[in-house]
Amino acid sequence: MADIEKARRELVGRLVGGGGRASRELRAAAFRDERQALPEPMRGLAEKVVTRASEVRDQDIGAVRAAGLTEDEIFELVVCLAVGETNREYEAALAALDAAEKG
Amino acid sequence: MRLAILDQGHAWSTKVLFAFIRLVSRQPTPEPLKLVAYRPGFYGSFMKRITHEAMRGPSAWSVGERELMAAVVSKANASEYCIRAHTAVSTRALGSGEQVSAALDDLDTAPLTEPLRATLRLLRTLARERSVSADDMRAVLAAGASRAQIVDALAVAFAFGATNRLADAFGFAMPGAEELEAGAKYLLARGYK
Repeated sequence: MADIEKARRELVGRLVGGGGRASRELRAAAFRDERQALPEPMRGLAEKVVTRASEVRDQDIGAVRAAGLTEDEIFELVVCLAVGETNREYEAALAALDAAEKG
Repeated sequence: MRLAILDQGHAWSTKVLFAFIRLVSRQPTPEPLKLVAYRPGFYGSFMKRITHEAMRGPSAWSVGERELMAAVVSKANASEYCIRAHTAVSTRALGSGEQVSAALDDLDTAPLTEPLRATLRLLRTLARERSVSADDMRAVLAAGASRAQIVDALAVAFAFGATNRLADAFGFAMPGAEELEAGAKYLLARGYK
């Protein structure tokens, strides 16, 4: 069986616990999709990255850049949003599998 | 790419590597490589390990079946770059495009084993709905997939759930036909390391 657990845990720990250009608080908020803790207009971009990333457009990134975030901050926050949502889906699916085998 | 740092912000040694790859392959630097090679200690080095293990690590699923899972997840996320890339890789790995296009067109009628069909349905639901239920899991187990096969499929979903989102958010440029074929050959020979 493929085993991604160690690398997955290390990735999650690095994104929210390690150093970065965006603050640790902002990266943690992005990872948990706590949009109210993110600055406008990052909230609109966050909603798209998490729920419908194929609809992100140049102006979504442009608006965040225009609000004063650097490219490295945008890179980190978008990565945290994408991995955070995917991680929640993955953990919930594993929990559903456990429930299916018990029930 | 919507962020200039992902096109031009790499370390000097990485830029030299990119130039070498372009020279040997006679193709542009692949967009996914630009992403994972940018500040790799933040994201890329971890995701390369995850993706390689999910797609090439030990599993009851074949490489072709896992590449088909990647294509189906990408289609459910409407992630055009990844649909094209993993359609090309799964077509090459499975030896024919018929099964791949049939699966992407209609999972209910495609010529697939029942465990694989049920697993692909599960991955599609997870990508579209962002959740699956215990009943969804029971359907896959009843179709004959083992727990280990489901866990392996979820590893593929993890790798591509994140990659699809990032490809679309950062605006990967669409690959040409020759680039797709070169990328498919490379990924089947070397994997995602």
